[in-house]
Amino acid sequence: MTRKKIMNDINDNIDPSLFEFAEYDETKSELTGYSNYSFWKSTFQVFMKNKVAVALLILIVSVVLFTAIQPYLPNQKSPTQIYINPETGLQYRNIRPNDPSVSENFIFGTNSIGQDLWARIWSGTRTSLFIGVSVAIFEAIVGITIGALWGYVRKLDAVITEVYNVWDNIPTTVVLIILTYVMKPSISTIIFAMCMTGWLQMARFVRNLILIIRDREYNLASRCLGTPTSRIITKNLLPYLVSVIMLRMALAIPAAIGNEVFLSYIGMGLPIDIPSLGNLINEGRALMMDPNQRYQLFFPAAVISVVTISFYVIGNVFADSADPRNHV
Amino acid sequence: MKYYVTRLFRSFLTLMIVITIVFLLMRMMPIEGYFGSGFDKLDAGQIEAKLKNLGLLDPLPVQLKNFYISLLKGDLGQSITYRPKVDNTKILGDKLITSLRFGVASLTLSLIVGLSLGILMARHKGKFWDKFGTCYVVGANAVPAVIYYLLIQVFFTDIFKLPLLFDKSVPKSWILPILCLSLVTTAYYAMWIRRYMVDELNKDYVRLARAKGLKSKEIMIRHVMRNAFVPMAQYLPASILYTVAGSIYVESLFSIPGTGGLLVTVIQRQDNTLVQALVLLYSSIGIVGLMLGDILMSAFDPRIKLSHEGGSR
Repeated sequence: MTRKKIMNDINDNIDPSLFEFAEYDETKSELTGYSNYSFWKSTFQVFMKNKVAVALLILIVSVVLFTAIQPYLPNQKSPTQIYINPETGLQYRNIRPNDPSVSENFIFGTNSIGQDLWARIWSGTRTSLFIGVSVAIFEAIVGITIGALWGYVRKLDAVITEVYNVWDNIPTTVVLIILTYVMKPSISTIIFAMCMTGWLQMARFVRNLILIIRDREYNLASRCLGTPTSRIITKNLLPYLVSVIMLRMALAIPAAIGNEVFLSYIGMGLPIDIPSLGNLINEGRALMMDPNQRYQLFFPAAVISVVTISFYVIGNVFADSADPRNHV
Repeated sequence: MKYYVTRLFRSFLTLMIVITIVFLLMRMMPIEGYFGSGFDKLDAGQIEAKLKNLGLLDPLPVQLKNFYISLLKGDLGQSITYRPKVDNTKILGDKLITSLRFGVASLTLSLIVGLSLGILMARHKGKFWDKFGTCYVVGANAVPAVIYYLLIQVFFTDIFKLPLLFDKSVPKSWILPILCLSLVTTAYYAMWIRRYMVDELNKDYVRLARAKGLKSKEIMIRHVMRNAFVPMAQYLPASILYTVAGSIYVESLFSIPGTGGLLVTVIQRQDNTLVQALVLLYSSIGIVGLMLGDILMSAFDPRIKLSHEGGSR
């Protein structure tokens, strides 16, 4: 009797709403044992802590933006036109910056044949940055592809390792010199020559990391749980690779700019009618023994230093902050 | 032992491949490079006769065979425009000695300065010296070398009244080139010795040494330094040899009669055979340097097994 009464009591007190389908709420399902960790957010937070890097980032972004919009600003001169003094009919040769005796205003002065140095520097920065970015992108594409194959496909490992050992043993300078010596001087030649050696480092780093991470337990677990490969790649592998890839890409840009300067120096660079930072340095070098003409060396040198140091520092700091081990 | 043999073989193989590629690439050059001045005045028959004389009209495999044979004899051909009809080996011989002298001097300087700076940085991690050193390393690595070489040349000649160009008989003129040459390698050594020492300092044996009551100076010198130096040993031979090749900027800036300055000159004067000889010299230097480095490192540290070297550093 009592049992039946109890059962009735229970039946009466049951809340029928408990037996309805609950609405699925993703955020609630992940409340337990799930942190709101986000890779990019943490990367950003760690990066922002480094004041020097942030300052350089702002600086380099403004420089890049400025080189992009500079030709469209009012009162800009052409980087390749030779300016002629209307009064004397002679070229404006080696006019010092903001020289008051000249009616026209040259912000950074002119070079030895009367071209505007200000316009040439920004045009040269554009060329050099274009070379740097192209090399970096090419390096990333080829390096990651080959590195991933090298790390993933076990059969290819021995073959690519042998090829790598031979290729890596050839000094980069030699490859650069011989390729530019044989081919016609142009932007594409220079980019091609730099790409021939640049991807090696990237491929090696990507391969090593993939080799290390691929068979870690958490990846094994993900695979057993049926996580799709795309999710394994984006969530498990990529965060580890981002650090290395971004570092190599960021360092490729100053290296490419430096190589361009080097090639121009030994006479294998771009033709002189294309303004580039390497060509400008060369022009400045020819006049540097005259203290009055040194501005032609100092202005391009300053721009190169700012650009290369910024990329170098930002790349390193970003690589540190993109490393998941440095995240809280 | 087996490792040394395979390493030697691999270097030899690389060298052969590089030599062949360089040779084939040079064949793609326009033929003007084999004539020097007055090419325009020659008629077709004369050009052909000259080319035939140089063996350039033979089929490629025959050319390649002849090239290997002359290489074995130590013959790198004759210069065309730089010093016509002079053997390239003779031109290179004198220059190599000058370059090597500068190389050894600058390497000694950068080892001393670089290692001390690196140790200083590791000991005062996060303090002034570390920050100072980091700035220096970043500057030396990021900025293209020629920029600070030029600035040094401009300002130091003014301030310290040092001669602008190199002159063998003036001892003062050695200072600036050696300083310039050692700047990059100093940064390199400082950066790596600091990194390795910081790594080593976190290891258990250092903690044990400290627990035993050893002084921090003693731990540094007797334990940490030695272990940290092992990975550096790998780069020593390469950097000695690289100074022969890596001084292209410095040698031509200060007009030092070395191989680096020569390269710039002969490229501008389109001396095909001499460029080929120099490129071959540089690549063999690079390859031999890397090989010696690997061997030296395995000799330094018996724990290192190099049976599966390559890539997994």
